[in-house]
Amino acid sequence: MTDTAHETHEVDLVVNGAAHRIDVPARKLLSDAIRQDCGLTGTHVGCEHGVCGACTVLVDGTPARSCLMLAVSADGRDVTTVEGLTEPGDRLSPVQQAFKECHGLQCGYCTPGMVMSAIDLCTHHPKSSETEVRALLDGNMCRCTGYQNIVKAVMMGGEAMASGQPIKTAETA
Amino acid sequence: MKPAPFSYLRPTTLDEALAALAEHANAKVLAGGQSLLPLLSMRLAAPAVLVDVNRVPGLDEVRSDEDGVAFGALVRHAALERDADARRVQPLLGRALRLVAHPTIRSQGTTVGSLAHADAAAEMPMVLTLLGGHVTAASVRGERRIEADDLYVGPLESCLEHDEMLTGAWVPALPARTGAAIDEISRRHGDYALVGVASLVSVGESGAVESVRAGYLSVSDTPLVVDLSEAFADGEMSPGNLAAAVEVASAAIEPDADIHATADYRRHLAGVLTRRVVAAAHASLTTEGVS
Ligand SMILES: Cc1cc2nc3c(=O)[nH]c(=O)nc-3n(C[C@H](O)[C@H](O)[C@H](O)COP(=O)(O)OP(=O)(O)OC[C@H]3O[C@@H](n4cnc5c(N)ncnc54)[C@H](O)[C@@H]3O)c2cc1C
Ligand code: FES
Ligand code: FES
Repeated sequence: MTDTAHETHEVDLVVNGAAHRIDVPARKLLSDAIRQDCGLTGTHVGCEHGVCGACTVLVDGTPARSCLMLAVSADGRDVTTVEGLTEPGDRLSPVQQAFKECHGLQCGYCTPGMVMSAIDLCTHHPKSSETEVRALLDGNMCRCTGYQNIVKAVMMGGEAMASGQPIKTAETA
Repeated sequence: MKPAPFSYLRPTTLDEALAALAEHANAKVLAGGQSLLPLLSMRLAAPAVLVDVNRVPGLDEVRSDEDGVAFGALVRHAALERDADARRVQPLLGRALRLVAHPTIRSQGTTVGSLAHADAAAEMPMVLTLLGGHVTAASVRGERRIEADDLYVGPLESCLEHDEMLTGAWVPALPARTGAAIDEISRRHGDYALVGVASLVSVGESGAVESVRAGYLSVSDTPLVVDLSEAFADGEMSPGNLAAAVEVASAAIEPDADIHATADYRRHLAGVLTRRVVAAAHASLTTEGVS
């Protein structure tokens, strides 16, 4: 057996479309690899045991807690972080724009996780009811907003994605 | 905190996985990681070797027929919850899975991993026990079938040997003239329940109640199933009989206190839920039609 403490693994990740080859110890969490090895600090880390949802990313298109996956397990997978949502011309995606319009964030700590969880719902079930949105977000904690505006933002984001119409912003209105 | 160092193996066949488990005494299977990763990060577990079975082929199938539902070790909670055939053959599966954790956890965590984790606060070990299902364990020594009743031996402890892994599980179909329901009370949606109850209620051809069984979460060290039939000796689903059933249940459970709830409060909730869930299982017989 190799020396466990010094065992490292070469891991290939595609993050937001860009290939990364990183060399990590087996125990490195995907959340830490994204932040430290790929240099993408949009993914936030709160509890590191799956409870807060701040670290949510998409792995092969499915939402996952990046603190509950080893970087080495994600070898060969396709990862999308909040940075990957930005649209051409550095524009915010509809869901992000909706968070801005609805005041769906205050300190912003929970926001990347909220947005990444919401993306899945908005993409696959854009016409979700408020109950469905609340059920989806029941694993994401926010210590600031009181959730009302987050729910509004996700519903607005879903509608915008379904209709293809840009969200009316304070600037464009 | 971060996990302690370990060696990582990622077998691509079942034989390789079993050989790795046989070779390393302090190895653990890594499936969805939704229970194991928190344990590693909190350093409540520090295995020397992790055997990541996620790339072992053939373990992600759900197969349903008139006898029951079989699902492999890599079937995610979310996939089983969505499976229309599984839901039809054994409706309690889908109803219970909706109560397991949050959607994001369900899309990664495996149902068989939950069965292996053997948490008496988790829905699926209790549901497996209530339904009388079984799991299949494999090792280099061969394969064996373990009945739910024999699987759980203590808090977070199953009878699996260190070199064994579960390859799948099976639950029987909902029998004719039987209704099933589950409900739980937790502090926040998706949290482990303070108390949960699932029930199977069977009636005879005349509609008289013949058998009432209930499974309990978080009130004992291992998944607990209580036969409540004696409370319904006259065949009626009446308020008096439901009250008697609560008495029977209360005598059988041994809730503990923790920071979330006192033992008395858990006992109270178990009574409220027994009444609610047994009545709901019975009511589902008429609302869903008898199959
Ligand atoms: C925030 C949060 C809330 C949760 N809430 C709930 C809840 O309300 N109810 C609930 O039931 N669960 C809950 N869970 C746990 C979740 O359901 C897990 O998915 C499940 O318990 C374990 O499945 P897994 O595939 O993730 O297993 P892993 O985490 O990979 O493994 C868990 C354990 O089982 C062993 N194991 C896994 N697969 C096998 C196998 N095939 N053979 C032998 N051993 C195996 C592992 O070695 C390990 O010891 C929660 C988790 C989190 C993070
Ligand atoms: S940091 Fe991953 S869920 Fe909290
Ligand atoms: S905006 Fe501060 S935690 Fe949600």
